[in-house]
Amino acid sequence: MNVRLEHLTKVFPGRDKKNTQVVAVSDFDFSIPDGLLIGLLGPSGCGKSTLLYMICGLENPSSGKVYFGEDDVTGIPAEERGVGLVFQNYALYPHLTVRQNITFPLENLTGEAKLTKAERMDKALQVAKLVQIEDLLDRKPGEMSGGQQQRVAIARALVKMPKVLLMDEPLSNLDARLRLQTREEIRRIQKATGITTIFVTHDQEEAMSISDLIVVMRDGVFQQMDKPQTVYDDPVNLFVARFLGTPAINVFEGHIEHSKLYIGDEAVMDRVSARDGKVYVGVRPEGLVPDSSGDLSMKLVGIEVMGRDTSVVSTHPDMTGVNVRAIISAENVIDRDSGTVRFNLKRGKTLIFDKETEARIFYD
Amino acid sequence: MTKSGVTGKGIKGTLHGWLYLLPAMIFLGAFMVYPLIDVFVYSFEEGYNSASQSYFGVGSYNYGYVLRDRYFLQAIANTLILVIITVPVSTGLSLLISLALSSVKFLQKLFRTVFFLPYVTNTLAVGLVFMILFQKTEYTDGLVNLIIESFGWNAVDFISGPYWAKMLVLCVYVIWIVMPFKILILTSALASVNPVYYKAAKIDGTSPLRTFTKITLPMISPMIFYLVITGFIGAFKAYSDVVAIFGTNLNAAGMNTIVGYVYDMLYGDGGGYPSYASSAAIILFAIVLTITVVNLIVSRRKAYN
Repeated sequence: MNVRLEHLTKVFPGRDKKNTQVVAVSDFDFSIPDGLLIGLLGPSGCGKSTLLYMICGLENPSSGKVYFGEDDVTGIPAEERGVGLVFQNYALYPHLTVRQNITFPLENLTGEAKLTKAERMDKALQVAKLVQIEDLLDRKPGEMSGGQQQRVAIARALVKMPKVLLMDEPLSNLDARLRLQTREEIRRIQKATGITTIFVTHDQEEAMSISDLIVVMRDGVFQQMDKPQTVYDDPVNLFVARFLGTPAINVFEGHIEHSKLYIGDEAVMDRVSARDGKVYVGVRPEGLVPDSSGDLSMKLVGIEVMGRDTSVVSTHPDMTGVNVRAIISAENVIDRDSGTVRFNLKRGKTLIFDKETEARIFYD
Repeated sequence: MTKSGVTGKGIKGTLHGWLYLLPAMIFLGAFMVYPLIDVFVYSFEEGYNSASQSYFGVGSYNYGYVLRDRYFLQAIANTLILVIITVPVSTGLSLLISLALSSVKFLQKLFRTVFFLPYVTNTLAVGLVFMILFQKTEYTDGLVNLIIESFGWNAVDFISGPYWAKMLVLCVYVIWIVMPFKILILTSALASVNPVYYKAAKIDGTSPLRTFTKITLPMISPMIFYLVITGFIGAFKAYSDVVAIFGTNLNAAGMNTIVGYVYDMLYGDGGGYPSYASSAAIILFAIVLTITVVNLIVSRRKAYN
């Protein structure tokens, strides 16, 4: 089922005396293709969950429409939309066993859709097998680990075979190792069922690693939607560039003069086909190539050895942020004693943004 | 040397703990444990006289007397009827009102205050009001009777008339007086249920009734059991409520309760029988203990924790 949003907007009335309205989601207008795993990415409080709740019908939009396939579902209550939702804290009914939790949605079916007890048990077992919790069916949620509870929550959301599966920060309550494991799991389950899945996260690594497409939003405003690699390589603005990638992109204040890009006094790149003016220069950590006669000189702060590669930490007067981090292959040898380190900038890994609008300036 | 204080495990650490508990232990011992044991002893001392501190002999005669006394049997019957009617009805009504209160947004605070008012009102004053409402005198039939008559039925004297009428007034009164506390507890219990469960239930297409019976009720069940247990205990100990409506001569009115019987045996017109009073009190204690234990066993099995 493809999901289409048409000028979807949510405005919350202000709680303070001035009654200033809060625009949680502003004019979202895009289409999510069928059968893909979509990561909805943005910093905390940017309206991701509100958007998710509007798609599933727990929140009504202030304006705009939601389509599932050809059907306008905007006014339709949540229970009739055929969605499954996995809550951030799982919302498993604590007084029911795993089996009862999973069959709970099935027991609500009435009329022709009504299932016999055997059918319900059968479906529950099927979906439990899919998420690999068939041994835990008689436990209560309180007797399980976070990762297991998460699987139960997914099973409960999937048991009615929803048209769209929605997940609100599905991994945020898990520890680092489980998170890694569970995200693979989500990917596997989504592939196995082929259900269009939208999940919300503020963790860019999480979104990048398993999504087919990611949607980046900021303060309720849509920024970019594309394949993870594309968004990483070609962010539309400085915010998206900064938000994606660990370690984060290094940003310098610079300027363009006569088709040359300058950081400070040093010309770091030739043949930059863009208008003269002040810019932000973003360089991915892997875009700084150490070279004893490189264009950009930096003050060396330290070298962190991580085995496979090495992280060179340095500072520059024109940088923004605390320091500049370059990830280089471990074979490169850096002279620690000299106090300075020189880099060349890789063309494809160097992004230029307008100083005022922070929009990307494309050059070739 | 072991570290003293809460973390210490030696004698010294334990001593500290007991020292902190000492004030509470002294008061509990002097005013709870000692009297309880004392009453138990009295209940077996035949013809105990508190003035001369003397008694004839030791045995179960007091229990035999009390259990054969028709006033005591009447008191037990009255108390049981009161308990069986008021506890379920008041808990059920309180739950309904709490549900209504938590779903109403308009003037919610005002309604809460209104429903809580009986709790802070004096029992005797309320009893007087009930008496005026229900009593039939030579001058007026009372408000309730006027309403009954407007339907074309005959007036009933609820205060000194037939037994069922008196019991009805008593039950209504007790239910009315115990509900505020229950409403208070249940509204906060309802408010403490995480709304995310209702969202989950909504997504799953759960009907409101099923949401209530399968989600809300189990989640607030510990509080309901608490109210039932304390309700049982409270109703078994009913006394001031009865006095407030029917006066102190409860045996004559046929409306005595177990606690009322104990009081009468001690201080009433036919008073001065501490041994009988003690036996009756121990019987009440045994009944309440049994009911509470049964309640606890049931709640362990049924309530979600």
